[in-house]
Amino acid sequence: MDSLDNKKDINIEEKTDKKIGNKINKKTVEFSHIYKTFNPGTVNEQDLFTDFNLSLKEDSFNSVVGSNGSGKTTMLNLLCGSIPIDSGDILIDGKNITKMKEHRRSRFIGRVYQDPAMGTCPGLTILENMSLSDNKERKYTLAPGIDKKRVDYFRDELSLLGMGLEDKLQVKVGTLSGGQRQALSLLIATMSPIKLLILDEHTAALDPKSSELVMDLTQRVISEKHITTIMVTHNLKFAVSYGDRLLMMHRGDVVFEASGEDKNNVSIKDLTDRFDEISIEDGNTL
Amino acid sequence: MDIFLNLLSVILREGFIYGIMAIGVYITYKVLDFPDLSVDGTFPLGGCASAALITLGVNPIIACVICFGAGALAGLVTGILHVKLKITDLLSGILVMTALYSVNMLVTSKKAVLSIFNMNTIFNTGLGKLLYDIFGQWGWVIMAAIVCIIVKILVDIYLSTKSGLLLRGAGSNSLFVTSLGRDPGNMKILGLMLGNGLTALSGAVLTQQKESADVSSGTGMVVMALAAVILGEALFGKVSFIRATTTAVLGMMIYRTGLTVAMQMGLDTIYLKALMSGLFIIALLVGRENKKRQNNSVLRSRL
Repeated sequence: MDSLDNKKDINIEEKTDKKIGNKINKKTVEFSHIYKTFNPGTVNEQDLFTDFNLSLKEDSFNSVVGSNGSGKTTMLNLLCGSIPIDSGDILIDGKNITKMKEHRRSRFIGRVYQDPAMGTCPGLTILENMSLSDNKERKYTLAPGIDKKRVDYFRDELSLLGMGLEDKLQVKVGTLSGGQRQALSLLIATMSPIKLLILDEHTAALDPKSSELVMDLTQRVISEKHITTIMVTHNLKFAVSYGDRLLMMHRGDVVFEASGEDKNNVSIKDLTDRFDEISIEDGNTL
Repeated sequence: MDIFLNLLSVILREGFIYGIMAIGVYITYKVLDFPDLSVDGTFPLGGCASAALITLGVNPIIACVICFGAGALAGLVTGILHVKLKITDLLSGILVMTALYSVNMLVTSKKAVLSIFNMNTIFNTGLGKLLYDIFGQWGWVIMAAIVCIIVKILVDIYLSTKSGLLLRGAGSNSLFVTSLGRDPGNMKILGLMLGNGLTALSGAVLTQQKESADVSSGTGMVVMALAAVILGEALFGKVSFIRATTTAVLGMMIYRTGLTVAMQMGLDTIYLKALMSGLFIIALLVGRENKKRQNNSVLRSRL
């Protein structure tokens, strides 16, 4: 991280501390009055977000569930800057990033995608992938791409995955299994200090055993590195058992929310019941 | 025997010279996955600019460097058309290739062929002259090899730097480069500049060796270079200690051998371009078969 950014962070922290006197209330992400319409002016026009508001506390682990078309992925895409916003503001650590380009936001947002092929470079070796991402905070100059002094560190990090990848540094990532690639993606996304981690159905494409493994790993990484996390998932079991806040989205709005003690009491059945209610409501309104 | 040796020296010499272009096209086509057609225009651009500069009395080595820069500039235009103005990759290349025809005519002062007989080139001054005095026509082969190997080593070194890794990353998965907080479009532009710079350098060296530049010498260069890259990868790609830049040059050698042998067997030059396309199709099919087999073996090893 740039020294400048560091200073800013400290300033924000001090201010917040003084104002609120409690660091827990610091917000990492704030969606404020978000509007987003798809295909405006056509027969397919669809207002997804109408005055959408949501904030995520620092160090919180938020799980988001919801049916297809509920706006989960669109919310993530707006957050990352992958698609433009119609109106409203997105703040990260109090800083307005609404107009910032996608690749700029990537400097403080890590994202793991559903498709294991998206988080890594298949044509490069594990070592090359890690070296590239290890350099995220610095310039990509004509200095040697692989810093030999860092190889041991990479090996240590890889051995934490417990997949034997530490002995496969020279293997092309494209030849690894989906679970291995997703674990590596997670490691790579969190290697440099980030403010926010986005998990975009990151276990959906994996077999049950690999997804359990990757989910365990996710929990470990998040609690070790204290990263504010937002996880979109269709796996209700994961949504219930992981994280400290649960959100259910429907038609661009949060229709159900539980955190802390309340969340511990939520069962999968509660969620499916709620889903059923929503679909009946839908049936009635249609 | 003499004829054979003579042919061999021609194949090697031209293989090394066109091999520089093959390395350039390897960068755009293989590293960036960008089928860059502007190469058909940048190759004669290098040749014409080199001839024009030498006519003006510019040092031949400096002329080569300027030609690299001119090619890089053309690559920059292709890159901007594609990345910034969102024109498709093939069309961007065609547009630049077509526009370069006018540029090349301008560079040669409206001459279709610009000769530089008996003027200073890298082959008849300095080291080139020394090598020619000792080895005769093999001196030219050595000179061409020296230029090609220097280019190969520099490109290999570049691809292993931080910037080079990022370039390879941009070709492999542009989303990954975005996630590193960098603009993959800029890396694409950089790769196109490098690829077209090397192509122009290749044209410049060929012109200096043949002592004449031809504005229409670009036709079929993309096809030839792509074929060389694919052929090289198909035949030598599995040999782990040979780098991809080397396989591109080796592919070019084999391709030139095929062409030269066909010409020696009495093939009329009017069939040359058709033959080049034919060889390219064969290279493409061989490459695809190889890839299939590789994928199968990867799948099998996972089971």
